[in-house]
Amino acid sequence: MSSLYDVIPPAPPKGVSTRRTTINVNGTSQTLDVEPRLLLADLLRQALQLTGTHKGCDTSNCGACTVLFDGRPAKSCTMLAVQADGHSVETVEGLANASELHPIQEGFKQEHGLQCGYCTPGMMMTAKALLERNPDPTEDEVRWALSGNLCRCTGYQNIVKSVLWAAKKMREQDQEA
Amino acid sequence: MAPLDELKIGGMGASRRRVEDNRFIRGKGNYVDDIVLPAMLHMQILRSPVAHARIKSIDTSAAWEVPGVRLVLTGETMAARNLAWMPTLSYDTQAVLATDKVRFQGQEVAAVIADDPYIAQDACDKIVVEYEQLPAIVNPIQAQKSDAPLIRDDKENQASNKIFDWEIGDKAATDQAFANADVVSKLDLHYPRSHPSPLENCGSIADFDRATGKLTVYMTSQAPHIVRAAVAMVAELPEHMVRIVSPDLGGGFGNKVPIYPGYVVSILASILTERPVKWVESNSENLISTGFGRDVYLEGELALRKDGKILGMRMKTISDHGAFYADAQPTKFKIGLMHSTFACYDIPTAHLVSEGFYTNKAPGGVAYRCSFRVTEAMFFQERMVHAAANDLGMDQAEFRKVNLVGDDMFPYRTAFGFLTDSGQYQKCLDVGMAAIGYDTFKQEQEEARKRGKLLGIGISTMTEPLGAGNSREYDIIGIKMFDSAELRVHMTGKALLRTGAKSQGQGHETTWSQIVAHELGIPAEDIVVEEGDTDSAPFGMGTYASRSTPVAGAAVAMVSRKIRAKARKIAAHLLEVSEEDIEWELGRFYVRGNEERGVTIQDCALAAYSNIPDGLEPGLENTAYYDPPNLTWPFAAYLCKVEVDAESGVWDVLNFVAVDDCGVRINPMIVEGQVMGGLTEAYAMANMQYITFDEEGNCIGANYMDYLLPTAWETPGFELHEVVTPCPHHPIGAKGVGECATVAGPAAFVNAVMSAIEHTGVRNVDMPLMPNRVYEALQTGKDVSGMPPVLSD
Ligand code: FES
Ligand code: FES
Repeated sequence: MSSLYDVIPPAPPKGVSTRRTTINVNGTSQTLDVEPRLLLADLLRQALQLTGTHKGCDTSNCGACTVLFDGRPAKSCTMLAVQADGHSVETVEGLANASELHPIQEGFKQEHGLQCGYCTPGMMMTAKALLERNPDPTEDEVRWALSGNLCRCTGYQNIVKSVLWAAKKMREQDQEA
Repeated sequence: MAPLDELKIGGMGASRRRVEDNRFIRGKGNYVDDIVLPAMLHMQILRSPVAHARIKSIDTSAAWEVPGVRLVLTGETMAARNLAWMPTLSYDTQAVLATDKVRFQGQEVAAVIADDPYIAQDACDKIVVEYEQLPAIVNPIQAQKSDAPLIRDDKENQASNKIFDWEIGDKAATDQAFANADVVSKLDLHYPRSHPSPLENCGSIADFDRATGKLTVYMTSQAPHIVRAAVAMVAELPEHMVRIVSPDLGGGFGNKVPIYPGYVVSILASILTERPVKWVESNSENLISTGFGRDVYLEGELALRKDGKILGMRMKTISDHGAFYADAQPTKFKIGLMHSTFACYDIPTAHLVSEGFYTNKAPGGVAYRCSFRVTEAMFFQERMVHAAANDLGMDQAEFRKVNLVGDDMFPYRTAFGFLTDSGQYQKCLDVGMAAIGYDTFKQEQEEARKRGKLLGIGISTMTEPLGAGNSREYDIIGIKMFDSAELRVHMTGKALLRTGAKSQGQGHETTWSQIVAHELGIPAEDIVVEEGDTDSAPFGMGTYASRSTPVAGAAVAMVSRKIRAKARKIAAHLLEVSEEDIEWELGRFYVRGNEERGVTIQDCALAAYSNIPDGLEPGLENTAYYDPPNLTWPFAAYLCKVEVDAESGVWDVLNFVAVDDCGVRINPMIVEGQVMGGLTEAYAMANMQYITFDEEGNCIGANYMDYLLPTAWETPGFELHEVVTPCPHHPIGAKGVGECATVAGPAAFVNAVMSAIEHTGVRNVDMPLMPNRVYEALQTGKDVSGMPPVLSD
C-alpha cells in the first residue's frame, strides 16, 4: 500500500454542483454536499464507508444493496442519495450494538444462512422489516418477503431457517420484556 | 486424564458454526470493492456494442477533455507496451484491448482512468469508435461452414474456426460393441450456455509502487498464485515483485478463475499513473464478457443388450468456446474431464470425439461449479441412461442397478482409463428410493393421470472426479496441480494456518481448523486461517473443481502430522523417556503404560520455544505440499418427483431427495450447505438459467431481468441424506463435494419432467425446461431441441 499520497476526500470534484443533504444513518444525522446523480448505495459505501451495503447488479434485481429507508426495505442502488434528504436509513452496520448481535444476525450464523456473505446484509435488512411487520411468519411468508433478494450460494433453505430462528428468538425476548 | 472430546474442540464431524460469519453478518467483510487505497483512481471500460467488426478508428480526444480524467487507454497504447494481447490458461491468446477487430459483444475496447467512477463512465461515453461490421457466428454449427468468416485471423496457421479435435477411447472395440448390440439407443442434446454469476462481480485494484518496484493487486481471483505467475509473465515483472491478494470473494463458481482484460488494464494504468487504480465491473459487464459455462452439443449412443447391460458407449461433443479459448483446462484434456462420463457404470468399451470452435461470443467454457466439463459429462450420461432404459422398456432404477459398478469391483478402471476407488452406489440409490417412495410411484402416477395430473419421477446417479491433481496427469499451463499448507504453532499453543486454496464462501477458515484440531487436538477456535495473499500463503493452485478438501485439505492434515512428529520428540524430552515409549491420544502424548504421565500439545509448543532438546531446531512450524495419488470420487443419487400442469407446461417439484457420499464429512453443516446451494443451481439450469444470442451476436441475458436466477420463492426445498464411504487415499478419508449437486442435479429434474410427459412420445426437451417448451412438447408429442429462439418484438 503506498503511503505517499493523501486520501482523496470523498467530496465531489470541483465545479460540480452539489446539494446539501441531511440523512439519519443508523441513528446519527449526517450532513453532506452531494452530487445530485450520486446513488444512495454509493454515498453509503464511498462517502460514509459503510461497505456492508453491497452492490451486485445494475438493474435493481439482486437486493444486495437493501437498506431500511424509514423502516422499509429499499434497494439503495435504485435511489439517489439526495432523495434520502430528511429521511432515515438503516444499514447492516446498525444491526448489532457494541455488545450484542441482533437475533437476525445470530440466526444467520446458527442456521448457516450464508456462505460467501455477499447477499447477507441485504437479506438481513429485508428480514428485519418482515419480522417487524410480522413477528411469526410462515415459511412461505419468509420466502415471499425475501424474493427480491438473490443468493447464489445457499439455495435459500438455510436463509429461511435463519429468519425463522430469529423470529422465534425475538418473540421469546418480547415475552421476557 | 479424560481424553479430549473431539466434537467439543471443533474437530472432525463437528457442525461448527462458521468463523468467517462473524465479520459477514456485521457487514464487515472485505471484498475488493470495499478496499480503498490512498489516492486511488477509478477505471471504467468501454466495450464493443457489436459482436464482430473491424475497428476503423478510435477517437479518444473528447474523453481526455473531461475534468478529472487522468488517462485513456486503447489497444494502441497497450500494443505499444506489448500488452494488447495476453496468453490464456489454455495456450491461446486473448485481446486485452482490441486493436484490429472486436470478436464479441462486450469485448474490451478502451479504458478511462479518472478521479471517480462516475467521471470515468462519462468519459467512456465520449469515446467515438468507428466499426465496420462483419457477419457474426453465434454457434459452432455456423462456425464449421466452409464459407464462415474467420474469427481468429490474428493467429498464424489458423485457417478455420476450429480450436481442437480431441479423441479418447477404443473406436474399433466400440464399433464392435454396437455391431453386437440388441438395441442402440440414441440421444442428441444441447447443454445451454449459462453463466456462473456469483453475486459479487469481478474487479481489481492495482497498486504499483515505483519506489520499490513492487506491484500489489487486490483481485477477485479463485487462484491467486496462478495469477501471480501469469502477471509476472505478461507484465514482464519479476515474480517476487508481484503480490496478488484475493480478499473476501462474493462467490466464484468458476467465474473467477480466468484472468480478465480488466485486471491487466488496471495494472498498466497503475504503472502509468503511479497511483492505485480500482476497476469494478458492473453486473451487466460481468454477464456479457466474463467466463460463461457449458454450451455443448452432444450426439450420444448406447449399445444395449436386451437384459439391460450396456455394451458400449459413443459420444461426440461439439463445444462453443467463444472468441478466445480462455477457460482453464488441464493441458492434456482439451474438453476438460468430459471423458469421466459414465464412470459409475460398468461399461466394457467407449469412444469419445470432441471438437471445439470459436464463435463471436464471450470466452466461455469455464468450469461453472464443475470439475472441468464434468457437469456436461454427467448430464449427458444421465439423460442417455434415462432414454436407454425407456428404449428397452426397463424401469429406470432397475436399469441403473444392472449397470452400476458394484461395491466389490473397486478399484475399478473405467473404459476411458480413470481409476475409481470406492463407493456404495447401489446403497445410495436404495436410500434415495426408500426416501422418495419409489416403489409405490408407478401406481401413484397412474392414479394421478386418471385425475388429469401428470406426475413424473427422475433419477440421476453419478460419480465424478474431484480434486485435480495428481500432478502426473493434471497441470494448468504447465503448473502441476498440487496444493499446500503451512502451519505455525505459537508458544502458547495457538496456531496460524495458511493454504494455497482460496475460499469463496466454502468456509475454509472454519473447516481447515477442524482438520488441525482433529490431527493435533488444538481447539479449532485457537487456530486462525489465512488464504489468498501470495506474499504469505504457500504456493497453491486455488479453489475450483471441488479441489480444496481433496488437495489443500489433505495438505492441512499432512502438515499437522509433521508438527505432531516434531512435538513427539519434544514430548520425549519433557517426559524424559525415549520417543518409542510415547503414545499419542488427541491433544496429548503420554508414557506407555503410565497414562497419567503426559504432556499436552500446548506443553510441547511452549517447550519448542523455551526448552528445546539438544540437537532439535527450535520452533514448531512446517509446510506440506500435497500431490494426491488420485482424484477423489464422490457419488450422488438424486431423485426428484414433479407435477407438470398439462394446461400450461408449468412444473413443480413435489419432492427432491439427495443422497450424497462424499466420504468423511469434516463439517456436516457446511457439506449440507454446499449441497443445497448446488441443487439450487441445478434447478436453475433445468428451469430458467440460460443465455442465448440473436443472429447478430447480441447477448440476450445481459442482466438479471433477462437472465433469470431463482429466488427464495421458486426454489424448492431439498431433503438430504448421507452415505459415507471414506476415500481410501485421502489422509482423512474425505472426497470433494462442492459441485456434486450442480453436476448430478440437472438430469434429476429433467428426467422427472420427461417421466411425466413422455407417454406422449416425447423423448427430449432440451434445457431450459421453460413452461412453453414443456407445453409444446406435450401438445405435439415431439422433441424440443436447442436454445429457445430469440423473440423479436
Ligand atoms: S445492487 Fe441494488 S438491487 Fe442489485
Ligand atoms: S451467501 Fe453468497 S450470495 Fe448469498
